[in-house]
Amino acid sequence: MAADTVIAPAPPAPVTSRAGLSPLARHLLLAVLALAAIVLLSMVVDPFTNVRLATVGYYLLAVAGLTVLTGLTGQVSLGHGAFMFVGAYTVALLVVYVPALPFWVDLLLAAVASGLAGALTGAAAARLTGPYLAGATLALAVGLPSVTQRFPDFLGGSNGLGFTVNSMPAGLAGTVPSTRWQAWVVWAVVLAALVLLANLTRGRVGRRLRAVRDDEVSAALAGIHVGRMKVFAFLVSAVCAGLAGGLQAFLLGTAAPGSFTPALSLSLLAAMVLGGVGSLWGALWGALALVFLQAGSEELTHALALGTDVSNNLPLAIYGLVLIGVVLAFPQGIHGIGRTLRTRLRPRRTPARTSADDEGEA
Amino acid sequence: MAEPPLLRVSDVTVRFGGLTALDRVSFTAGHGEVLGVIGPNGAGKTTLFNVVCGFQQAQEGSLRWRGQVLRGHSPHRLAALGITRTLQGLGLFGHCTVLDNVMIGADRHARTGGLAGFFGLRRTAREDRALRERAMAVLADLGIDGHRDALPGALPYGLAKRVALARALVAEPDLLLLDEPAGGLSEQDMEDLGSRVRHLAESMAVVLVEHHMDLVMKVCDRVVVLDFGRVIADGTPAQVQADPAVTEAYLGAVPRA
Ligand SMILES: Nc1ncnc2c1ncn2[C@@H]1O[C@H](COP(=O)(O)OP(=O)(O)OP(=O)(O)O)[C@@H](O)[C@H]1O
Ligand SMILES: [Mg+2]
Repeated sequence: MAADTVIAPAPPAPVTSRAGLSPLARHLLLAVLALAAIVLLSMVVDPFTNVRLATVGYYLLAVAGLTVLTGLTGQVSLGHGAFMFVGAYTVALLVVYVPALPFWVDLLLAAVASGLAGALTGAAAARLTGPYLAGATLALAVGLPSVTQRFPDFLGGSNGLGFTVNSMPAGLAGTVPSTRWQAWVVWAVVLAALVLLANLTRGRVGRRLRAVRDDEVSAALAGIHVGRMKVFAFLVSAVCAGLAGGLQAFLLGTAAPGSFTPALSLSLLAAMVLGGVGSLWGALWGALALVFLQAGSEELTHALALGTDVSNNLPLAIYGLVLIGVVLAFPQGIHGIGRTLRTRLRPRRTPARTSADDEGEA
Repeated sequence: MAEPPLLRVSDVTVRFGGLTALDRVSFTAGHGEVLGVIGPNGAGKTTLFNVVCGFQQAQEGSLRWRGQVLRGHSPHRLAALGITRTLQGLGLFGHCTVLDNVMIGADRHARTGGLAGFFGLRRTAREDRALRERAMAVLADLGIDGHRDALPGALPYGLAKRVALARALVAEPDLLLLDEPAGGLSEQDMEDLGSRVRHLAESMAVVLVEHHMDLVMKVCDRVVVLDFGRVIADGTPAQVQADPAVTEAYLGAVPRA
């Protein structure tokens, strides 16, 4: 039949597997190299840049969580700032009210709290689709931070909670500046979480999540519990955001509702799209863009001495314009630039024929 | 005592509002047998599959699998029971490669839990390799292993249909439900499909919903005819073809002189 010859079969490559290294070992190795690079970088830059470095770190984790949710299961969350809020306040409350706990326990509990919030949201979300899901998660982002106003004594009202975390080992005090130490802590946690995420998404679970995203009926027929898979993705994603929030609180020494506006949630979503949906590398490009575009445009407005109305909103506007520009030129985001260019430069082959008789059933 | 049939559908009734899509439908499907289910458009064939798969709850009647009544039946349990299905269209995972599509179908063979996935242990890598080998074997058997890295949308329809079949077969089912597998196929592909279905019936039961009568009559051991949700005939292809009620159902729309 002619259709059989439309596409030349791929060369019969053997079924390969990177034998020897387990996925864990491979991803750990990469993470250790990355951490070493971060440590080196942190030694040569000033304290201010170290804070920025750490900021990229926790945004990277938040965006990575979002990309697992959207890229792998096709669920959209306009409310990931709310999970960052949960993580940040969990850390803040524990530091303030249970100062005896070591910081890593605080972070672990922040992960648990945000995971719980994520699972609940996911359970509700599994019954919602498209615009309804987006609306529900947006409501979360708008509503949750205002809880601080209801309990001003406990949660500090709109000023939030301020505190200091004494996490530096006694041996390092005096020799390592605190911002450098903070950058190390943030990146160590972020890279550890990314190793787990990479293991998950490259393996069988990632495949199951993608199946749910592409066709729920077929996924169910393959033995996948679709609802459970969606809730699981929300949980994982919220844990990432919660850890990011906890790390932000650690870095800034405060947790305040003003840091978790709906604009934050939208920025995270935009960073994911900008970087390239579904790829952990894309999350890195997105986080870099989020931090450095913001910083760059703040400096720009500063230099132009514009009024506060303009200077408060200009960074977001610039960010939006860059997003639109990149997505128009490279629909697969920054991470897809190479692939997009390659397909554009290659002469187009005979487009494959597909039948229109492809109705969604059941 | 004789072994019960693999699948026994008893008096299943499904109504959509005022429309009765299935009306006290009963039949059995046994190991080593190809059962055809035919009927005019809208007769209830797909609805019947949806009931067997748990997508559609029957208002009345029951399903038995290996003699056990299926209660609280839901689609994601099917594969573990040993039942797989292809859909009337393609239902492929459009953004996953051909190989991934088939590996997802093989998922019932995997054992490691979700936690192991987080830690990427050697065990999970080994299991993944085993799934891949199973998938590649089925792809090779269907002659499409060369397309393993393609996305389904890039394949011609006939090949994409084969990927859908591979995904169902790799689970090694005891009962295979095929909803119009020949739809959109060329003569040659249909020929291949026919002999493949015959071959498959040596190791499982196959239920075949099809509009191509020559294919049905050639490969089926038994044929159930549905019309407006009722079973109007159940017998060998020859018996069914000779049944006046069947001719009536198919020609019923044509006004007689
Ligand atoms: N979810 C539903 N809600 C309402 N009516 C439905 C639903 N699904 C099917 N029907 C109706 O039930 C009847 C049987 O439909 P079904 O899809 O089972 O037919 P079929 O035999 O598979 O037809 P075809 O050969 O066209 O695929 C049709 O009249 C159809 O319109
Ligand atoms: Mg049908």
